[in-house]
Amino acid sequence: MKVFVPLVAVAAIFLLALILGGIPHLQFLIGVVIPYAAIIIFIAGFVARIMDWFKSPVPFCIPTTCGQQKTLPWIKNNELENPSKGSSVIMRMALEVLLFRSLFRNTFSEIRDGRLVHSSRKWLWLGAIVFHATFFTVLLRHMRLFVEPVPRCLHVVELLDSFMQIGTPILYMSGVILLLATVYLFARRIHIPQVKYISLPADYFPLFLIFAIALSGIFMRYFTKVDIVGVKQFIMGLVTLSPRIQPGIGTIFYAHLLLVCTLLAYFPFSKLMHAGGVFFSPTRNMANNSRIVRHINPWNYKVKVHTYEEYEDEFREKMRKAGLPLDKE
Amino acid sequence: MSKTIKPEEMSKINYLPPEKEWMDNKVDIQKGMFCHGAKEASLAAVDFPNPRQWSVTDEDWKLPSNWQEIVIKGMAERLEKYRSFKVFMDVCVRCGACADKCHFYLGTGDPKNMPVLRAELLRSIYRKEFTKVGKILGKLAGGRELTMDVLKEWWYYFFQCSECRRCSVFCPYGIDTAEVTIIARELLNLLGLNIEWLAGPVSNCFRKGNHLGLEPHTITGTIESLVDDIEEMTGVRVNPSFNRKGAEILFITPSGDIFADPGIYTCMGYMILFHELGLDYTWSTYASEGGNFGFFTSNEMAKRLNTKIYAEAKRLGVKWILGGECGHMWRVLNQYMDTWNGPADFLQVPKSPITGTVFENAASTKMVHISEFTADLIKHNKLKLDPSRNDDLIVSYHDSCNTARGMGLFEEPRYVLNNVVNHFHEMPEHTIREKTFCCGSGSGLNASENMDLRLRGGFPRGQAVKFVRDHNNVNMLSCVCAIDRAALSTVCDYWAPGVAVCGVTELVANALVMKDEKKRNKNLRGELLPGCVEEDEEDEDNDEEKEE
Repeated sequence: MKVFVPLVAVAAIFLLALILGGIPHLQFLIGVVIPYAAIIIFIAGFVARIMDWFKSPVPFCIPTTCGQQKTLPWIKNNELENPSKGSSVIMRMALEVLLFRSLFRNTFSEIRDGRLVHSSRKWLWLGAIVFHATFFTVLLRHMRLFVEPVPRCLHVVELLDSFMQIGTPILYMSGVILLLATVYLFARRIHIPQVKYISLPADYFPLFLIFAIALSGIFMRYFTKVDIVGVKQFIMGLVTLSPRIQPGIGTIFYAHLLLVCTLLAYFPFSKLMHAGGVFFSPTRNMANNSRIVRHINPWNYKVKVHTYEEYEDEFREKMRKAGLPLDKE
Repeated sequence: MSKTIKPEEMSKINYLPPEKEWMDNKVDIQKGMFCHGAKEASLAAVDFPNPRQWSVTDEDWKLPSNWQEIVIKGMAERLEKYRSFKVFMDVCVRCGACADKCHFYLGTGDPKNMPVLRAELLRSIYRKEFTKVGKILGKLAGGRELTMDVLKEWWYYFFQCSECRRCSVFCPYGIDTAEVTIIARELLNLLGLNIEWLAGPVSNCFRKGNHLGLEPHTITGTIESLVDDIEEMTGVRVNPSFNRKGAEILFITPSGDIFADPGIYTCMGYMILFHELGLDYTWSTYASEGGNFGFFTSNEMAKRLNTKIYAEAKRLGVKWILGGECGHMWRVLNQYMDTWNGPADFLQVPKSPITGTVFENAASTKMVHISEFTADLIKHNKLKLDPSRNDDLIVSYHDSCNTARGMGLFEEPRYVLNNVVNHFHEMPEHTIREKTFCCGSGSGLNASENMDLRLRGGFPRGQAVKFVRDHNNVNMLSCVCAIDRAALSTVCDYWAPGVAVCGVTELVANALVMKDEKKRNKNLRGELLPGCVEEDEEDEDNDEEKEE
């Protein structure tokens, strides 16, 4: 069920797009109305979620320290794993966001010959970083459809992405690798019993969605050979707010588009918000300097305490007998 | 129960999750895995909600009729107050990196002990009650209703988390299950669903100043008896003072150090060290607890207990505070105390009267860790040390979860150890420092009725100790945590028999050559030092004759 429902959902979206894209009268809906709606939902939703996190207070300074603290001057502290100041926090966050530092630490524990042993295990890190890097590259390459003239840096990206010089149109590696990485992330989800056990439909849905997007994109570029000039004119129409349906760009393009729109609209309401959330994690984005600088809790309030006076009142005789000094004789 | 299961049996753990989906698997509360419910009197003593007589094994937990409303309101309030809670409810992608990082999961194989699933127990209710998608799609979106079964499941599993933060080290978003457990326990506490092992010490600490409920004369009496022991071993009579106004330093350590074996040897170590330095310090009977079990019940209770430290420092007019060896105490001191009860502007930035070192890293809290203090002394050659006195010990070091992942105290104790012992071996790399494994009894779970849970939770640590015992002949596991000293003794007896547990300062005091000491032939435990023989009556007589 957990796998089946999201699979059917993605398949349905795909088929719906094929059908709608084939009906000329409905092309405006799928090509213009839905994309605009999706982008608005994405931006508004994303911003709302970020603002929601941003506005919520951080009452305590709770970094997870993964290295030596700043202490005596002759003990070397680990600024990257246990930052003592803001600039080091930026470095720690950069390592986390760009290189997935914490995942890189991953270990695997198992019982071997009656003993519990732990070993380094980097597969998830590799799969994740390849997935995100290729996704980003694909996204970057698509920017050429959104700007005119195409900036030089995008040409460089394309050049690097196609340096193996295979086939016509020339093969971009990122798309294929993205597809493989998605398959890997899916495969581990159903293959590793623990991961399968914890997975929700919401974990499979975006994987299927991204798989379908990548597959339809590859199909369009290498097999049906979509009218790329028409696509660019169509997208520039959307970008310049003068949308016009381009005849003959093919139903597979509309399927690709609707899947992307689904992803955009789904994004702010899903776990995909980890993309923004990672920046707000107090265990990573704070300096471990709470003994040096007082961290302020905006909602700190007075609490009922048991004062020394109350304590002495209760135990005065016993304290006197024990020879303890008293405030009130 | 645990006594009847052999370690070989207990270490056969099935990590394969059941066929049935986790939401459909009703909680099965098993004997040996949980602590007794909090008593009426303990809850009432600190104005905790819903004090009543109840038992975990009863079907009816005697909750207020609107308990669901209380929980949901409590969640809403905490979502407003804690960014951590909100973000951690939202961003988990269930990648599973945390799954095999939890000592309770590794020791039980119970999938609900995987950190991700422990958080999902709460997250599923969050989705259902606080997200649009969850409200509409329900189970399809990973949401579920808050039922009595769910509540019992929360209680069972949030008291099977020791807030050690190991999972948080591995999470790509830094999701900290300790934070989730802290909030979950607060919610349970709103309904009076605490455990007695926490509620009892908390009410003790509130009124009497320490978890054990030691009254002022008992504290002085107990410490005096330790002073006698010190004299017997060293020939030196140390002279601790209590509640003394005008002392330079207030010393605070967990009450377990005063009372429980083997913590008392560490306590003797503190007093020997301070005496040798001629330190102008005082104990307090009012603030006689470094630890803070309030931290494991609610943020407010933690603050109420923690208040005493600064209040007492102010009343006594000390310049700064020195803290003993304790794990969660130091997480609280490092990350919470100043925020709750600061600013401590009536204190001075700590300065070692012996070396002149100013502890800039405690510029605001004004509180220094004993390992920082001792490391500085050794670095400045202020201690005469004879590590060979510890030569019968082959030592390893257990990083306490909280000083490791909530502070980053790694090198100080190691530097100290390397100067006071000659034989030191680290445990395997994935089980130390920021990846250290919990003793299995942290966060107030060191009761006796949940021994099964504690031994299972101590399995990864026990296995690592066993490894160095078998490969390096390690026979002593040192640590800087009072709960560890008590809990690891049990864990080692079970998983790695032959390995004893001690505090770092105990080893310091063994090695410390005091100015006025007699010829020492015993360590603080009264065991013969290497190469020494028991002095019998005759020898003593002879000695006396010679002196005459």
